[in-house]
Amino acid sequence: MAIAEDRRRLTSRLNVLRVAVAFGFGLLACSFWFFQVVQHAQFKEMAENNHQRTLTLRAPRGIIYDRTGKLLVENRNSFNISIVREHTKDIDRTIRVLAQVTGVEEKVVREIVDRHRREPSYRPIVVVQDATLAQVAAVTARRLDFELPDVIVQEVPTRQYPDQDMAAHLIGYVGEASEEQMQSDGVTTGSIVGQFGVERVYNKLLMGEDGARRVVVNSVGREIRTLEEIPPVQGRRVQLTVNYAMQKAAEDAFRAYGYYGSAVVLEPKTGDVLVLTSLPAFDPNDFATGIDRVTWQQLNTDKLRPLQNRAIQGRYQPGSTFKVVVATAALEEGVITPERQIYCPGGGTFYGRFFKCHLVGGHGNIDLRHAIEKSCNTYFYTVGNMLGVDRMYKWSERLGLALKSGVDLPNEVESIVPSTEWKLKRTGERWYPGETISVAIGQGQLSVTPMSMAVMMATVANGGQRMVPRLVKAYDEGHGWQPVQHPPSPFAPFVMKPETVSAVRDGLWLAVNGAGTAGRGRIVGRDVAGKTGTAQVISNQGKERARGNTDRNLNDHGWFVFMAPKDNPEVAGVVFVEHAEHGYFGATVAKHILETYFAQRDGLPLPVIAPPPAPAPAAPVRVAAATVTGGTH
Amino acid sequence: MFERRLYHHIDWVLIGAVLAICAIGLAMIYSTTGGAGQVYWTQVYALGLGLIGMAIAVSIDYRSLADKSHWLFFGMIILLVGVLFIGSVRGGSRRWIDLGVFNLQPSEFAKAALALMLAKMLGEERRPALTNNDLLVAAALTAVPFLLIMRQPDLGTAATLLPILLVVAYVAGMPMKYIYVGALVAVLAAPAVYKFALQDYQRERISTFLDPSSDPKGAGYQQIQARITVGSGGTTGKGFMSGTQGQLRFLPVAHNDFIFSVLAEEQGLVGVLVALGLYLFVIMRALEAAQLAKDRLGAYLVLGVLASFTFQVLYNITMSAGLAPVKGLTLPLMSYGGSSLIATLVGFGLILNVRMRRFTN
Repeated sequence: MAIAEDRRRLTSRLNVLRVAVAFGFGLLACSFWFFQVVQHAQFKEMAENNHQRTLTLRAPRGIIYDRTGKLLVENRNSFNISIVREHTKDIDRTIRVLAQVTGVEEKVVREIVDRHRREPSYRPIVVVQDATLAQVAAVTARRLDFELPDVIVQEVPTRQYPDQDMAAHLIGYVGEASEEQMQSDGVTTGSIVGQFGVERVYNKLLMGEDGARRVVVNSVGREIRTLEEIPPVQGRRVQLTVNYAMQKAAEDAFRAYGYYGSAVVLEPKTGDVLVLTSLPAFDPNDFATGIDRVTWQQLNTDKLRPLQNRAIQGRYQPGSTFKVVVATAALEEGVITPERQIYCPGGGTFYGRFFKCHLVGGHGNIDLRHAIEKSCNTYFYTVGNMLGVDRMYKWSERLGLALKSGVDLPNEVESIVPSTEWKLKRTGERWYPGETISVAIGQGQLSVTPMSMAVMMATVANGGQRMVPRLVKAYDEGHGWQPVQHPPSPFAPFVMKPETVSAVRDGLWLAVNGAGTAGRGRIVGRDVAGKTGTAQVISNQGKERARGNTDRNLNDHGWFVFMAPKDNPEVAGVVFVEHAEHGYFGATVAKHILETYFAQRDGLPLPVIAPPPAPAPAAPVRVAAATVTGGTH
Repeated sequence: MFERRLYHHIDWVLIGAVLAICAIGLAMIYSTTGGAGQVYWTQVYALGLGLIGMAIAVSIDYRSLADKSHWLFFGMIILLVGVLFIGSVRGGSRRWIDLGVFNLQPSEFAKAALALMLAKMLGEERRPALTNNDLLVAAALTAVPFLLIMRQPDLGTAATLLPILLVVAYVAGMPMKYIYVGALVAVLAAPAVYKFALQDYQRERISTFLDPSSDPKGAGYQQIQARITVGSGGTTGKGFMSGTQGQLRFLPVAHNDFIFSVLAEEQGLVGVLVALGLYLFVIMRALEAAQLAKDRLGAYLVLGVLASFTFQVLYNITMSAGLAPVKGLTLPLMSYGGSSLIATLVGFGLILNVRMRRFTN
């Protein structure tokens, strides 16, 4: 009996066990079904995130050429060494080993990593930009030894400017996108975008589309194989309006004589910017791989302000060059005719005050053409007084000297030419007629950029059509060069009277080719027409007081505005030379630019800048203080 | 000793199912270790040795074995003590005795020895009904190897001894009230045990089990990765040798503790159901052997062996799906591990032994 009961109990308890086991297996089967069928998609994605990494392949930016097809900006390949933290177990160890291997200070590496700590861990943190081959080799060896599986070496296209600082302010530079730029340009962290100059303004054209490479990585982050590669699309090729040879000629000339300043040369008919230089400049190559703090600070604190684009951001008194505007205004307004003679006894009295002409003995009876040639102040005091300040302003604006030129570069400042309204708004005071007299010879509260000066000369050269300066001539979207269409000039066209045009051109021609102040700009057979001017840094009295008490260079700036050839100008522009005392030197620079232009046009060998006169080539040419008078030349 | 007619009573179906599971295991080891390498061949040799061990376990009458069970048990205790002194240290615990050719893990064999010992003790034909005293002695016998294995430390393997005691005692007629009281005590004592008896790393494993995302790179990592591995397999899997989680080492010890996850990843739900079905079949078939056993000794022996096997299978598969705290518990018959495979096959030898001799006297 006991045995039978035993059996029954065994059977029933075995059945309990059977049910329990079957239940357990059933539960397991359900769990696997839930994970593998119901939640499959979610887990599949997680598995892919685990073992797939997408690396950005940076698109090379578009190549930039000058108008003659000469290469200005290209790309080279550099190496970035980055950490991908995704599968890193011990970031401190990685930082330590990487610092040791690359020879970068551990503190610096840690700072970089900390700065990017909050970014997604799959995004590479670039620790070394533009790594040396030794660094690349050291890191690669450690990677193969599994020592640094979470460090990657990426080949990235990097901007290269073969002519270093040439046309630096025009071309600009690139850098990592700021928060704002990420929004406005629609790019991600770490993207390289244009930050200055053409690189910035035409960033969308130049940038291209980044590609991507999807790779399989293992649990420590080592790449196993590539799954897919979307090649990057290079940015558009862009052809600038700038002329390499002329640009170089301008900068060579400045450098040969040791001056700083700015030159802008335009093609009057189109508004094409042929030369745009601002010196001192900077080397955009320094920015291409992320500028180091020391260089950046130096550039920003340098008293010479190399980052300032003097062509559109520097404002100076126009001096005698303003006489071009006054002459045009007077003729167009019918205040005088070109033949109108005015007697210059060496100055004139207006509103109870005597205003000097620079020629102490006076120019005697003189007409407009010769007044321009000899830069007679008395003539322009008189004409300016007849016009009044508001008509001088009106023509400044029409010719493009006042306000902005509208060139496609950022941060252009407005050129200031005073008017009664302007003064009232600015100071709340009315205009005194006596102030008009100084304005008539470009002194007083005028303050203009070299760019607007160039535009004014181009408008005069055009006989009335004011153009907006432009920098891009053509771009290539993949099917050949596509010329950029000129947008119609937003300025109301006006036609200057033929006698106005011929009289002003004649006067300017005489200033260069006659007995004028701009003889250094003369090129035989090329009919250069131009005008020098002096921009006072401080007043003469102030200068006397400050002499010996300041390090600042208080020498006046020199201007030279020009167009050539006189009768059908193909180029027009300005050379502005800091602290050159006179415009003479500007004419020297302009001459070299123009000689280069004509030589290139006619297929002749390009001129070489004459070696600077020995023995002190870098020292600014000093003119005896005694020659400085109240007038400008 | 081995009569010719016994041969006809060998449960070839059970052997076939067991070998099928071993074959799946070998295939998965082959897949995760990237081909026929050292790990794979070690497992093949272990399978050969295991089959020899199984043959030996079949051929000696289990009643003769039971008569010598106290010697076997004693020998096993000696080994477990010995491993604490001469065992080689790996991963912070002493579990293996280095025999030169291979490493022996005595704790794996403790299960069969304990099953034999308990079956002998509680299954003697002439015994009266089960007394409390019997239960205490059985518990004490279990406690000795349990505590020795805990000392290694190897909580996982030690825990597999408890089902042997519980199941054998249960079928031997342990009053149900003990089970209820035991369950109640376990529930009430759990917080205290958690707080005072467990090591830091054990606590950490349990707390991250409850919230794996609290430490996704540390202790919770394996659990999260296990679930990803299983879930990403889908219905039909990523294909042989094509799993990413196991192949690229996101899941650690894939050929060992997490071999079932790899199966789930590469063969999908289909592979999972086939493997689960095989295990369930083997267990049910063995339970049938217990039912058919000629005597209580045979039935208890089968159940004792089966109890630790079943517990380990259920726990490991649950863990493979990321549904249980990660313990160093292998999946019997499939996971890489010579001692485990040999000991498990010897255990099945005992089960076959009992079934085969159901008609003998």
